[in-house]
This record gives sequence, structure tokens and C-alpha cells, in this order.
Amino acid sequence: MTLEQTREDARPEAHARPGRFEMDAVLGVVAREWILYRESWRSTTFAAVVEPTLYLLAFGFGMGALVGTLAGYSYIDFLGTGIVAVSIMFQSMMPAVINTFIKRRFQHTYEGILAAPVDVREVVTGEALWLALRSAAYGCVPLLVAVGFGLRPGPWVVFVPVISFVVGFAFSLFGIWISAVIRSVRSMDYVFSGLFTPLFLMAGTFFPLTELPGWVQAGAMANPLYHAVELIRGAVFGGLEARAVLGHVAVVLVFIVVIWFLAVRQMRRRVVS
Amino acid sequence: MSGRDAPAVSALLLRGVVKRFGSLTAVDGLDLEVPQGVVLGLLGPNGAGKSTTMRMLTAQSLADGGQIRVLGHEIPAESKWARARMGVVPQHDNLDEELTVEQNLLMFTYLYRVPRRRRAEAVARAMRLAQLDGRGGARVDSLSGGMRRRLLIVRALLHRPELVLMDEPTVGLDPQVRQDLWSLISALRDEGVTVLMSTHYIEEAERLSDEVALMARGRIVERGSPTDLVAKYAGAPWRSTCPARRAWAGSNASSTSRGSPPAAPERPCPCCAPRSCRTRCAGSSANPCAGRATWRTCSSP
Repeated sequence: MTLEQTREDARPEAHARPGRFEMDAVLGVVAREWILYRESWRSTTFAAVVEPTLYLLAFGFGMGALVGTLAGYSYIDFLGTGIVAVSIMFQSMMPAVINTFIKRRFQHTYEGILAAPVDVREVVTGEALWLALRSAAYGCVPLLVAVGFGLRPGPWVVFVPVISFVVGFAFSLFGIWISAVIRSVRSMDYVFSGLFTPLFLMAGTFFPLTELPGWVQAGAMANPLYHAVELIRGAVFGGLEARAVLGHVAVVLVFIVVIWFLAVRQMRRRVVS
Repeated sequence: MSGRDAPAVSALLLRGVVKRFGSLTAVDGLDLEVPQGVVLGLLGPNGAGKSTTMRMLTAQSLADGGQIRVLGHEIPAESKWARARMGVVPQHDNLDEELTVEQNLLMFTYLYRVPRRRRAEAVARAMRLAQLDGRGGARVDSLSGGMRRRLLIVRALLHRPELVLMDEPTVGLDPQVRQDLWSLISALRDEGVTVLMSTHYIEEAERLSDEVALMARGRIVERGSPTDLVAKYAGAPWRSTCPARRAWAGSNASSTSRGSPPAAPERPCPCCAPRSCRTRCAGSSANPCAGRATWRTCSSP
């Protein structure tokens, strides 16, 4: 091989101008995750299928026998759609917190990636994009299980994967931000107990918010999972006004923009000294 | 501006580079220029600033002062462009253990934007270079330490870079494995690739480098051909008596026995300041540096 060939293959001119955000780099990070996923899809899929199924079995048969209807829905309908949203959160935020932390602190993965022509913005976006794609697929699993339990979706159900993708992207970014904030594995206990649990309990997933105190209801308006639940129920059963849809979508999108900046800034602090 | 537009441009150019971590100055006004096609060994003890310098070249550490240009690109502003044209062998093994050799390489063909039609060829070439032909399907956690390190090196060569940074590529490996890696690095030199290689081992620098730069306390204190520097500083008496110098000379003493003892009697010790030399030598029963801090006193038995 000659130096001329070397230069030809490096092809710097093929890259965007320095500093610009490149989708090629983002897709490079996604491709990396795809290769890793091909080795681990069995265990990931097992968790994605078994967990919501157990929730539906336990709550559907257990609680469903005691509760007739909730907020105008049969309990299995209410629960089935709620669990779709919870599943999206778990499929995106949990790996974003844990895996990103491990890659940064213990595996030195980002040192390797950032030595290639990839910057922190692209790493964060690529990681979140991959988890969002995964959420879009796995978010549909509990819905299919719920259909098996008797849920009858309307035609707008086709939007559930799209909603799952957008919400999954939001929660992945949230998880990446948290992983860059925490300093040790022990801190994750605070995150899971102090953040995850209130997030999915105060979102109208297992019971309507109307029964909760006013301040909790007000707080839930800032919870992106609440808006995800509303969008998913609206898509599955219809009946959601366009204005309400726009409102929920707007909250999720604003959340994405804000959390993206926070995640990139915090991750940069951690990986660039 | 790309290196192709200006072929005479230095592969690396650092001027007055400073990096501080709180009150500690890790790199202190570093000046370094590496012409294209040269293999430069960056030699120095722990804490000399070698790894920090390497990280600054990839913009994973940002300089507090001075100017850095890599292949003609300003760092950190144009770092991404520079990184597209260089490969980095990190000090830490960050291979994905659960994946195979081939998968580890394939992942980086995406990150380095190797065109789709060339990915398979790039992976095959890398495996050939690493002498891992036929082991493409082996999981990384089943490889020996030497194989992993070879894989780590060729991973940085997938996109055929013009410049390769190696941060202590053979540290912790046994002599036989190091010899194997040296052949790999020599092959790069033969191809005209510019290499900046930090190392603790003087024999490694001597064997592989066109030039050696001695780094201490964040700056280059000496630079020259490996033979000259070994002849100048790696004399046996000094090595045998001064722990500070032993740290500088590396753990494998066999190849440092040649060369003449230090000739210049009043040079300040390049690898340790007078004060630190005294401190480091204080543990020695002979305490050869006590109260004096010159090459001669440091090297006297």
C-alpha cells in the first residue's frame, strides 16, 4: 500500500465541514449498536415480552376482576395502553442510564468512538436514536399481548410505533443525561427509586390521575410519560381531539429539545477533560 | 485545508501547549513538530504528560493554551476532520468482549465511514495485518493479551490513516508479544505512515522510532535520533544506581546496556528536576543524588 492510496482511502473531503452535525456519524453509532444487538437480541426480547405480559396477567386478571371500568375504559383496555407507555420508558430509559454509564466509566467505549470522526452530539443522538428504534418495536409487544387479552384497537393504532419512537427518543435522552450526571453505580438506586417509580406511577398508567391530589395532577402535566399515555390511548381508541394531540406532542417535543442539550452538555463534561 | 493540498505540512505541530488539571500543570508549554512519514517515540516516566498530549491531539482533552495542528487541521475546531485521517490506539483496551474479532472491526468501519463496498476488504486486511486470519469468528474474550492488543492496533488502521497515535501500545505485555507488535508497527513505518508512539520502554523507542523525544514534567526536554539519545543518556552506571533514571530507561534493561555513559557532566537531569531527582533517589541506600542534581552526580555509582 502506498501513502497515496492511504490518503485516497482516508478521503477527508468526503466528510462534512468540521464541527457540523453529521448523520453519517450518528448512523455509525447506530450501526455499532445494531451489531451489538444482533448478539443480545434474545435476552432483550425476552425481557421486552415477558415483563409486560406478567404485568397484564397480574393486573389484568387480578385487578381486572375487582375493577369494572376506569375513566370510561374497561380495565384491560386502560391497563394495556398504560403498559405500552411504561414499556417504552423501561426499554429506553433503563438501558440509557445503565449501558451508557458502563460504556463511559468501565468499558472506555466512548474513548474509542470519539477517536474516530464522531463528536459528542453525534454519540448522544446515535445512542438515543438506537434506543428509540428499539422502543418503537418493543413498545408494540404489550399492545399485541393486550389484544390477546381482549383489547380491541381502532384504526389509529398504526401510529403507536411512531409515538413509541418519539417517546422512546425522549426517554433515552433523559437516561443518557442522568447517566452523565451520576458519579457512581450506587447513585442509580436514587434514580430508580426516586425518579423511575414516581414517573410511571404518576402518569395515568395503572389508574387515572383524577383520583390523585391536585398538586400531583399538576406535576403529572410535566411528566412526558403522562403525555405519552394520553397519545397512546388516543391512538388506540380514538376520541382524542386534534388540539389535545398537538398539546401532548408539543410537550414531548419541547422535552426532547431541552433534554438533548442537557444530555450533550453533561456528556461532554464527562468525556472531554 | 487538507494535508493533500499542502503535502509539506507537518503531521503534528504543537506550539506552547499548556494543559492544567486544577493546580497541576500536566503539559507545560509543549513544543513539538512531527514531519510526515516520521515515527516519533515519545518517551518519559509516568506523569510526564504523554497521555494528556495524546488526548489533546484527538480533542478528548482541551488545551488551556497554545496551538495544536494535526495534519494541518486546527485542534479542537477541526478535530473531526483530523480524526478522519488518523487512527488512535488507546492505552485502555476498549474492545467489545462479547463480540467477535470481525464484528469489532466491522463496527469501526462504520465509525470511520469506510465505504460499504470496501468494508469487508478493510476488515480482512486488518485481520491479516494482526495475524488473526481465520480467527474472525472468535470472541474477543477468548483471545490472548497479545492478540487483543494486535486487534486494538489494526482497528485504528481500518481507514488507512495518514497518522497513527499509539498510547503505550505494548505496556504490560511480555517480551515475545512485544516483539510481535513491533513487527506490526514497523510495517506501518515502511508504508510511510506517520506514527506518534508514547512509551516507557527505551528499547522500543530505539527499535521503532526515527526520532525520540524525551518528555518530562509536561515538556520536551531532549530530542534526537534513538541511537544518539541512548548513547547519551542510557549508560549502565547511571541506570544501575538512580531509580529515577531506571524509571526513565524502562523496565527491560538488557537493550540499554550499550552506549557510553553520559558525557556531559553538568547537564540538568532531563527526566527529573533536581529536586525530584533528590526525592526519588532518597530511598536508595547509596543515595547517589543527595544534595546534588546533575547528570554526573546522578549517574555516579
